[in-house]
Amino acid sequence: MHAPDHAVKQPFGLAVSRLRWRRLLETGFGWHLRVVLGSWMGATGLAILLFFAVVGIVGPWIMPHDPWEMLEPLQAPSWRYPLGTSDLGYDLLSCLIEGTRSTLLIGLVSGFVSIVIGGNIGLLAGYYGGRVDQILMRLTDVAYGMPFLPFVIVLISLFGRSKYFLILAIVALVWRTSARVIRAQTLSLSQRQFIRAARARGCSDMRIIYRHIVPNIMPLLLLYTAFNIAWAIGTEASASFLGFGDPSTITWGTMLYDLWVSGDTRIAWWWFVSPSVCIVSLVTALVFISRAYEEHANPRLRGR
Amino acid sequence: MALLDVNSLSKRYELRPSVLARVLSGKRMRRIEAVRDVTFALNEGEVLGIVGESGCGKSTTCAMIAGLEPPSAGTIRFRGQDIGAFGAKALRRYRRHVQIIFQDPFESLNPRLQVFDQVAEGPRALGLWSEAETEQRVLRMLADVGLPPAAYRNRFPHQMSGGERQRVGIASALVSEPELVIADEPLSMLDVSIRAGIRDLLSELAKRRRFSVIYVSHDLSIMKGFVHGLIVMYLGQIVEAGTFSSIVANPQHPYTAALLAAVPVPDPLFRRAVPDIVDDVARPLASLAGCRFAPRCRQAVDICHREPPELAASGNAAQSVRCHLRHRLQ
Amino acid sequence: MTVLEAVNLRVVYHTAEGPLQAVDDVSFQVEGHDIFGIAGESGSGKSTLMKLLLRLLPVTAEVSADRLRYRGHDLLAMDDRSFRRQILWKEISLVPQTAQNALNPVYRVGDQIMEAIQAHSTMSRRAARLRVAELFDIVGLEDRLAESYPHQFSGGMRQRAMIAMSLALDPGLIIMDEPTTGLDVLTQERILRNLRQMHAKMRSAIILVTHDIAVIAELCSHVGIMYAGRLVEQGPVRAMFQAPFHPYTLGLKNAFPDIREMDRKLISIPGSPPHLAPGARSCSFAARCPFVLPECRDARPRMQDVEAGHQVACTRAGEAEELRRLARERETWRSSM
Repeated sequence: MHAPDHAVKQPFGLAVSRLRWRRLLETGFGWHLRVVLGSWMGATGLAILLFFAVVGIVGPWIMPHDPWEMLEPLQAPSWRYPLGTSDLGYDLLSCLIEGTRSTLLIGLVSGFVSIVIGGNIGLLAGYYGGRVDQILMRLTDVAYGMPFLPFVIVLISLFGRSKYFLILAIVALVWRTSARVIRAQTLSLSQRQFIRAARARGCSDMRIIYRHIVPNIMPLLLLYTAFNIAWAIGTEASASFLGFGDPSTITWGTMLYDLWVSGDTRIAWWWFVSPSVCIVSLVTALVFISRAYEEHANPRLRGR
Repeated sequence: MALLDVNSLSKRYELRPSVLARVLSGKRMRRIEAVRDVTFALNEGEVLGIVGESGCGKSTTCAMIAGLEPPSAGTIRFRGQDIGAFGAKALRRYRRHVQIIFQDPFESLNPRLQVFDQVAEGPRALGLWSEAETEQRVLRMLADVGLPPAAYRNRFPHQMSGGERQRVGIASALVSEPELVIADEPLSMLDVSIRAGIRDLLSELAKRRRFSVIYVSHDLSIMKGFVHGLIVMYLGQIVEAGTFSSIVANPQHPYTAALLAAVPVPDPLFRRAVPDIVDDVARPLASLAGCRFAPRCRQAVDICHREPPELAASGNAAQSVRCHLRHRLQ
Repeated sequence: MTVLEAVNLRVVYHTAEGPLQAVDDVSFQVEGHDIFGIAGESGSGKSTLMKLLLRLLPVTAEVSADRLRYRGHDLLAMDDRSFRRQILWKEISLVPQTAQNALNPVYRVGDQIMEAIQAHSTMSRRAARLRVAELFDIVGLEDRLAESYPHQFSGGMRQRAMIAMSLALDPGLIIMDEPTTGLDVLTQERILRNLRQMHAKMRSAIILVTHDIAVIAELCSHVGIMYAGRLVEQGPVRAMFQAPFHPYTLGLKNAFPDIREMDRKLISIPGSPPHLAPGARSCSFAARCPFVLPECRDARPRMQDVEAGHQVACTRAGEAEELRRLARERETWRSSM
């Protein structure tokens, strides 16, 4: 950012490259690690998330069977089928592993897109105020007013059951909370002297927003990113469970949907337990991580 | 041509009560004139002091000259150009020439930026120089303000003392080589024992780098030896103007005289005269007819309450004063 | 009688970066009707000292003392509850800084004072109201203002309302935190004048915590100068101003502007105050002192009596005459770091 990579002798005798590595660890990725691992919740959450991420990545190689292969139906967990099979004979462990990928993907994409939208709307509304703020906040109010289920129903009915529309539906609703909160934080930050000073030094509005305000609301942004992803995963599970999921994709939610539709809920307890546990633990893990960021932003929460 | 020409500058704020208040108590919209009819000129190499208490409009005036607030009326001309006519782009180019040093050394720094980035922010935002040249100039600037670059470039604001932070503020303002620097009470939040050092730094840099200064403060004593001309403001208006030495030696306006008399003196044996002023009127918001100082003035006569006085030359040519009794006060 | 007797007060803050000695063996005495000033700049520990006396320090602060007596009563032996019930507001009260907006904006000023009175005494509402009228009279506020809200008061009036509140229960000791900082010069002057008059009518002693030497000069009878958590010099105000002993005090005098002699060039003390870890074995001012000797860094200077009631903590106290002369030269202060 400030100096060429190789160590150049400056007039003041500084060799910069060594400093650069230390700073990178101080800021950037290293900082994230320190914040998250600094709280027991964050550490637990990160561990769970990493576990699922690893499963998602190596999934295809560790699946014992093809998740779409119809084997022996309704088998209780055994050595052959560690998590049992569904009514159509799908090996649930393989389904679960396959589902991990899809769930994570849909969740991460929806989560990130919604924070990008919500965050930017909040930033612009909070910084500019006036008309811009009014328009953007009315938009947010509309989003708040939209009931999730009818919206999903309409969307899916119009465009069919595809995971892309599901992502769209999730994003359309999840962005609203972050917008409000980030707007509030931006608003208060914009009043501070150093923003005024930045303007006085010649910074354009965009520069002020992205170079001065965003770094100062980073903990909040990260908190809401984690939270949005958690919300997105939960929402996807609900939507899929209700039958609006993509039939060509296996997610934990669709597994539960299949269970429900089969009518074997009372018999096949194994079918119910594994996806539910996964959903709950992943969402909890993400909430824990967001809590770690919150504790960093608000030191008074630490040590509880 | 003067470097800076300010003419009849005014700033009005409107207080709008809520609909409910208007209906229930008939409250109408009130206007506060934070700055009213301020006129002065500044030449190259000059240092102008503006003194007044909080609420007198000095900070608002600074903000308007720095282009941070639009004036409600009047013009500000920098090298002949009316900055009120500037669009966003022109205004940013203006920033290169006119900079401002803020009062609060902690609040005016971005808590997440290291010193180097803080100071380099202006030139980077304005795209003044290449990255290599920016680095050179920033480091040299840090040295010039008394912060050894090797030690300070990577520090964060919370790792520095008030004096050090203010030096960073000064460096940030001066690095783009402005021709006019507005210093808005740069010392009032610093420990007394280091104020003189910072003021001397500013004075020395002004001479060396040849920029003009508008120095705003409520403390007259620190301005001595640094400031050439002086403007005294009260409730948004200039009440007295002239050279620093002539005003301090011979204050014409009752407010200026009271200000000088009220400054506390660090000597337990000194018995100060009681300032000749009526005490403690609760903040006046409504515009009054007549002189704005009249409610507090012991010498006020009938005309003072009826007609607002104009700023005009007093007996001696070096000063102008806004007072009906200017010829009687010597 | 001795209103407050403090011997070796100590406060250590436990921070993320390690322990910080905010107040280091501070001892002083406040007699009957004194106005005792505690002067210091940032990092001097004066605010911490004040909070110690009022028990306002956070739990992370480790407090210890050899002795702390108020009118003979041992304050150290009291638990927080008894302190709050018996001492706070009744015997020791506080006038906070105006900037701290200590008045609740949604209640009338008179009501707030009455509430404070009734919370700490058995006065009836009517008696409390009468007391408010009395107090307003002492501080110079019109009685009708008791019905007003804080936002209708100017800064100076709010300050006077806070002073009224602190006087409510006729305490023996009032602690004032920067009573004039943030106020306009004219308002400041008025408050100082008022305080002098008020003090003459009151029985309380006052501890005035400030960084403004001029305020100390105008109001205080005695002063203690704090630097980096330690008391470096204390004594009667006149003696301190006419013939200071400690190099820091000399530096302060140089740096403080005097409107009567505006031609005098102000001299700053280069550098900034240190943050001392506990058990530091040197003079706290050594790093910035133009008269520093090697022995100053080896041992902590002891408080010695130089005149009646005047004490200094400096190894070179004996050469004060010479140091005073040198301190007037600008060259002496050039980068003593």
